[in-house]
Amino acid sequence: MTMTLTNTGLIDLADTTVREANATLQAATEGAFTLANPGGKHALACGLQHPVSVTIKGHCGYYAGGMNKLAEITIEGNAGTGVAENIMSGTVRVTGDASQSAGATGHGGLVVIEGNASARCGISMKGVDIVVGGNVGHMSAFMAQAGNLVVLGDAGPDLGDSIYEARIFVRGSVARLGTDCVEKEMRPEHLEFLADILTRAGMEADPTEFRRYGSARQLYHFKIDNAGAY
Amino acid sequence: MTDQSNPPGGTPRTTPVKSATFDDYTLSEIRRAAATGIYDIRGGGAKRALPHFDDLLFLGASMSRYPLEGYREKCETEVVIGARHAAKPLVLKTPITIAGMSFGSLSAQAKEALGRGANAAGTSTTTGDGGMTPEEREHSNKLVYQLLPSRYGMNPDDLRKADAIEVVVGQGAKPGGGGMLLGQKINERVAAMRTLPEGIDQRSACRHPDWTGPDDLEIKIAELREITGWQVPIYIKVGASRPYYDVALAVKAGADAVVLDGMQGGTAATQNVFIEHVGIPTLAAIRPAVQALKDLGMHRTVQLIVSGGIRNGADVAKALALGADAVSIGTAALVALGDNDPKWEDDYRAMGTTAGAYDDWHEGNDPAGITTQNPALASRLDPVAAGRRLANYLGVMTLELQTIARACGKSHVLNLEPEDLVALTVESAAMAGVPLAGTSWIPGQS
Repeated sequence: MTMTLTNTGLIDLADTTVREANATLQAATEGAFTLANPGGKHALACGLQHPVSVTIKGHCGYYAGGMNKLAEITIEGNAGTGVAENIMSGTVRVTGDASQSAGATGHGGLVVIEGNASARCGISMKGVDIVVGGNVGHMSAFMAQAGNLVVLGDAGPDLGDSIYEARIFVRGSVARLGTDCVEKEMRPEHLEFLADILTRAGMEADPTEFRRYGSARQLYHFKIDNAGAY
Repeated sequence: MTDQSNPPGGTPRTTPVKSATFDDYTLSEIRRAAATGIYDIRGGGAKRALPHFDDLLFLGASMSRYPLEGYREKCETEVVIGARHAAKPLVLKTPITIAGMSFGSLSAQAKEALGRGANAAGTSTTTGDGGMTPEEREHSNKLVYQLLPSRYGMNPDDLRKADAIEVVVGQGAKPGGGGMLLGQKINERVAAMRTLPEGIDQRSACRHPDWTGPDDLEIKIAELREITGWQVPIYIKVGASRPYYDVALAVKAGADAVVLDGMQGGTAATQNVFIEHVGIPTLAAIRPAVQALKDLGMHRTVQLIVSGGIRNGADVAKALALGADAVSIGTAALVALGDNDPKWEDDYRAMGTTAGAYDDWHEGNDPAGITTQNPALASRLDPVAAGRRLANYLGVMTLELQTIARACGKSHVLNLEPEDLVALTVESAAMAGVPLAGTSWIPGQS
């Protein structure tokens, strides 16, 4: 089922199945690939586990770059639900907008959305760094456990609801903070971190324009007096 | 016997009557809630009396059909799970599997023992909400890896090590609820596996983070297959609530097998009110689920694995006769390992409970060393000996299952059928869709 491409080449999804394309990419241990005519297909370039480079020329459906390890994936277009879900390492970049649950549950690596991200961006994130050039939708960083969500635009309602130890940085406005999410002091190490990750994401922004949000840690244990918080 | 309520020469009194509505348990729970301000959290499944497999009986062979010789003629027990789409379906020597239970809720010793017991019986074990440990992979020849809403510990490497993947939509003890693990059990290792602060009260999500309905789930399953190369079966687990529709939608979403967990199915921890008042009994769930598979032409193509209150070979036989392909055990497996053993009675008493009733598994003080992360308590469980006990128990259940199947004239346990059964009560007849014993009446059907 794996195509004969060896560590480089063009895969045209107009005449190649998703299974064949993914099997080829998953088998490659290095090199650069281009996926042409993605046509909104789902689960493209998912489960990669080697340091290959993949450029997808167009819009993707759900779960593009899902569970990525080590690979550098660029989607030249928009991405559907769950782009880079559960990413472990490597980079997934979307030059357009991303639908719901971008970078959901990611454990590591970098997800860059150059446009806007929809609801639940970074939901349950577990260590991934996510940089969004535009806005993020409601319930972003919901139950976020670890990692960093950096938003250059605005954040929708209930940002960081029930957040654990993840950090959120927003340059624009926040419609409403979620339960147990509070604004925190921006210290020098945070400015340093922002300068670094913005550079890695290829974004231009002044770190001093951002505000930091994180957990108030008031809901880490069951207490009856917290019942009204939910 | 002297009637103490009417002493001779005294004024007659009526015997004190306790309310059936406000019984001793209810009163104690009201007092406990008033004193503590928190709902009751416990482990296990529904404890209330429910229509169950005991309400069904088998019709042994007689004039109209002949039995198989009990100790001579073969009665096959092997089942194959997940051949619909997977290149490598699971082949089990017995249709009794071990249900999902996490490292975290259980000690490492208990997880090892489950693997050892299942291996000896030729069946599978299942991870839980917290990921796969190297130890359980090592000790389980056939390991089912759960994909849960929390995604704690989820990673593609373990996904590819799994022999099957189980997408958990819900469980019988709490359909619509998420996982729970209180701080006493979130030690350093458990916290690291779940990327959580040590010692917090963990409350997992109840909805998956990246799909919201069966149409999305179909795409999610396609992604899982792409990551695992279409090699291993993918199950969908649902808590029993609307089994006809849930099973139909699971088939539509592309499941190779459906795990259906009734309200007697256990949990590591959740609210007692959830366990006892949400979901339906296992007995009531099987026939609608089987009907959904038959209506779609998928019965025996998509396997149905039933769990929730399976205790012995008769329960297994009845589940299979109603149309299941296999069963899962959780609570019973823990009891086989040593849970609630009377030999720890002094310890149970010290905690204000007794052997057989201990269900505060979330507190992590299990004297049997099973539902704990306390190293001293966990060391009480010898995983080799406990694994042997589980293997014995699985073997006995399988023999009991074969005994009943042979008596009904079946050369394979999957040949058991509803026509082999009758019900003892009107309720169980209606739920199971089999006649009330001694009649041809199936309530709701005839």
